[in-house]
Amino acid sequence: MITNETVKYIASLSRLHIEEDRLPVFRAELESILQYIDQLAKLEVANVPPTSHVFQMENVFRDDVVAPSLTPAEAMSFAIDQHSGHYKVPKVIE
Amino acid sequence: MDFETVIGLEVHLQLNTATKIFCACRNDFGLPANTCVCPVCLGLPGTLPVLNRMVLRSGMKVGLALNCTINTFVKFDRKNYYYPDLPKGYQISQFDFPIAKKGFLDFITGGQEKRIGITRAHMEEDAGKLIHDDAVNATLVDYNRTGTPLIEIVSEPELRSAQEAYDYLSALKLTLQYLNVSDCDMEKGSLRCDANVSIRPKGEEKLGTRTELKNMNSFSAVKRAIEHEAERQARLVFSGGSVVQQTLLWNEEKSVTVPMRSKEQAHDYRYFPEPDLVPFTLTEAAIAAVRGELPELPFVRLRRMVAQYGIMDYDAIILVSDRAFADFFEAAALTGVDVKSLVNWMNGPLMKELKERRCRVTDLKLKPLDLAALVRRVNDGTISNLAAKDILADIVDSGKDVDLVIREQGLAQVSDEDELGKIVDDILKEHPQVVEQIRSGKANAAGFLVGQAMKRMQGKANPKILNEFIQRRVMHV
Amino acid sequence: MDLFALTAHQIMELIASGATSPVEVAAAVRARISAVNDRTNAFIRTYQESPVGASPMPIPIGIKDNICVKGRLVTCASRILKDFCPPYDAAVIEKIRAVGGVILGSLNMDEFAFGSSSETSAYGIVRNPWDLERVPGGSSGGSAAAVAAGEAVWALGSDTGGSIRQPASFCGVVGLKPTYGRVSRYGLIAFGSSLDQIGPITKDVTDCARLLNIIAGFDRRDSTSVDLPVPDYALSLRRDVKGLRIGIPKEYFIAGIQPEVQAAVMAAVAFFRKEGAIIKDISLPHTEYAVATYYIAATAEASSNLARFDGVEFGLRAVPEKSRKAGIVDMYEETRARGFGDEAKRRIMLGTYVLSAGYYDAYYLRALKARTLIKNDLDKAFVDCDIILSPTAPTTAFRIGEKASDPLAMYLSDIFTIPANLAGVPALSLPCGFDSAGLPIGLQLMAAPFAEEKIFSTAFAYEQAHGWHTKRARLDL
Repeated sequence: MITNETVKYIASLSRLHIEEDRLPVFRAELESILQYIDQLAKLEVANVPPTSHVFQMENVFRDDVVAPSLTPAEAMSFAIDQHSGHYKVPKVIE
Repeated sequence: MDFETVIGLEVHLQLNTATKIFCACRNDFGLPANTCVCPVCLGLPGTLPVLNRMVLRSGMKVGLALNCTINTFVKFDRKNYYYPDLPKGYQISQFDFPIAKKGFLDFITGGQEKRIGITRAHMEEDAGKLIHDDAVNATLVDYNRTGTPLIEIVSEPELRSAQEAYDYLSALKLTLQYLNVSDCDMEKGSLRCDANVSIRPKGEEKLGTRTELKNMNSFSAVKRAIEHEAERQARLVFSGGSVVQQTLLWNEEKSVTVPMRSKEQAHDYRYFPEPDLVPFTLTEAAIAAVRGELPELPFVRLRRMVAQYGIMDYDAIILVSDRAFADFFEAAALTGVDVKSLVNWMNGPLMKELKERRCRVTDLKLKPLDLAALVRRVNDGTISNLAAKDILADIVDSGKDVDLVIREQGLAQVSDEDELGKIVDDILKEHPQVVEQIRSGKANAAGFLVGQAMKRMQGKANPKILNEFIQRRVMHV
Repeated sequence: MDLFALTAHQIMELIASGATSPVEVAAAVRARISAVNDRTNAFIRTYQESPVGASPMPIPIGIKDNICVKGRLVTCASRILKDFCPPYDAAVIEKIRAVGGVILGSLNMDEFAFGSSSETSAYGIVRNPWDLERVPGGSSGGSAAAVAAGEAVWALGSDTGGSIRQPASFCGVVGLKPTYGRVSRYGLIAFGSSLDQIGPITKDVTDCARLLNIIAGFDRRDSTSVDLPVPDYALSLRRDVKGLRIGIPKEYFIAGIQPEVQAAVMAAVAFFRKEGAIIKDISLPHTEYAVATYYIAATAEASSNLARFDGVEFGLRAVPEKSRKAGIVDMYEETRARGFGDEAKRRIMLGTYVLSAGYYDAYYLRALKARTLIKNDLDKAFVDCDIILSPTAPTTAFRIGEKASDPLAMYLSDIFTIPANLAGVPALSLPCGFDSAGLPIGLQLMAAPFAEEKIFSTAFAYEQAHGWHTKRARLDL
């Protein structure tokens, strides 16, 4: 069903580095879970609406009124790395 | 082989709401980095979005103005991808139930009317800004812009030239400005445009492989980038190559498109319904209410004004190019003043004053009634054109009453024949040879005498009356 | 009796009578933590907060480590949330603070609430106070173990697929997953946003009702929070079950269920029948699909919810050792590889897979439809029943490591608790006896949305007639 290549692709979509020797382990585990999940294929769902929200709630808004933002000190309090009020990350374009 | 260019545009519009789309941070730009952020727009764990009521309203306005169907069921979805300007690792956007779909925009291009289909308009949140800083060999992130409300407006691939794209964008911008939902300022980034460009042999139905153009910072850059890209594609095909689907960045300085360098992952955005926001249902009554609040839109107004005032397309286009300017015109026209003169004064001297001040007509102290009064004083001969321009330059800033200024500065033209007669007689005496010329049939020699008389009267004479007066005296004395 | 062993309502009576003080209570509980936490590993970290004088409910409380407390570390028992102190309180923390609750510290859990055994924590496994060689259940294993061991008078947990009820069952305490939307999720670090609820874990039903009263209520910051008045749940603590309609779903009494668990639950059924309740055999035909449905829906949401842990703003950042010129993608992949444990990786990948292009319809969309069927089963059942009664889990606490190597077997242990999350209904677990190994057995009571009062009155009637809740874990080995 799923191959090591699929696991690699999914890992890269998920931004997870997986060591080569771990690929077969994850592949086997994912495969057994997917096999179990495949039982849903038995269900007749053609005319069933999907439930993404469990209750039929709608139209929840916020008024367009300004509230205070974080102070600069608060905004940087958890920063891993910072430079002159910015969050600093490794270069995006190499 | 003759090629046809096929263009579809995606326009991102930043809304001018007071707060961001999903949190109560100020929706403002130009502030110091990361001073306009909160746990919600920073995507800190545990935080949740709540939709700003005004964003939905603006979305409805945009959709209705673009003749779209407003979906009565609207929901948000997550678009998942990793980029440091996207703090949550997903953008809250709309996938299958956008606020608006299936509309169109009418505009004038190449002297003709054209209708371009609008595929859809949807609401989403803006991302932050990245600064690539070589000095620290790193990328710096400012999240102030994160969560700014956006409306993305997607056109059908129905534009056929760079110029058409330019005219569509201009018309779209004008329509959006009429709605007063955004600054629509491309330089400030409150209006952004990406273009999908492909070519195909004329007569071919099937679309060619398209490229996506990004990073254009003005309408003319959009135009140049499309021209460049269409040519590049044509050359490629002529030389036996084929177009590769990719994203290209417009380099304004070098006037070239360059492929994006970043390792592009195959796009797999894994859209799914945003569980943290409940859906929205819009009743027909609510939609009708918003429709009722829409202003008359520029294209419709253009047509009406041409018909109602009997003015030229060309003049009407200038008038409607700013909603407030057209409003000003119509308010002044209500006084019954001669409309043709009014148009000339609006699009000529008044426009010049606005350009000099880099402002809108609503920023002036001048009111429509003042301009109407000024035009009337010119037309009834009270003041000269020249004097009227000086008066205008004064009252746009001072807001003074026109007649008051005429009186204060003594700008009224002298029409009193006794006073004129005395001055003209003196002039005739001083220039007997000119008088002879006129008598011998050189009527235009009178212009010299008119000029002399004007000079003596410091420009306060009505030149038309003065000319007639001189002709009469020369002939009958 | 030791103060730490008392319920909150007992402590409040003692404080009211002057027999003890909030300071004394907090000290007694802290002493208990010092004495036994190295055995249970229930608390990851503790704080020295003092009770605020004369507050309505100055009870020492433990908080699951996925609920944000301003200025305190919160880690979800993961390495990836290194050094993260949120600059905000969760809505439930504000409410706890408002009544003078004393926050003892952060409670251990499965990493990001992914698990049913509390073995996946980056801070070590949690042990069951009734048998230290056994798991306390999960993911709120630290919360249940702490309450069972007297390390907290009561605690908050979170429940996405049974994460409050199953550990409550394994540890012989009371745990409630409220109706979805009853308690604000603001400040709860999300796992499956459409399923998550915060709820109380307490020593008896009375405390459970009281703690729910403190934390329940509408919150504008959570769009899925429901704006309904919160009743005084203490008023529902009556023993009368005469005429109460209790449904017994046949699908919950299946092969694989531990015979002693089945016997204890059937004894409870016999009790209710004797007390005048109407016992009905019912069917919830789609129960067999619940686990598959849940693992698609929950992991899909989780894969997106956990995208924000990317090493950009907060938490852990790691770059590959070998490459000195690591770019942003290398940083992402290394950070997440080192920061997440294997179960988190599995669930993120599973969730990514079911949402990815080509699989969305086959897995994710199909699961959302199956969710409708499972919800319809329950909705239909609650037309004829006030309560649905079942075991909380198929077995009592299993041995540490017993299911750690088989993710699927672990998932299947949630089979009775998952439907309540998929349907959004409230469900409570309370002790209903012990197996031959002396391990607690849990009884699950479900009710229609917002019918928590019915659950409390039913549970209270059972609890008061049996007294299982007065048994305390000895914590010996």
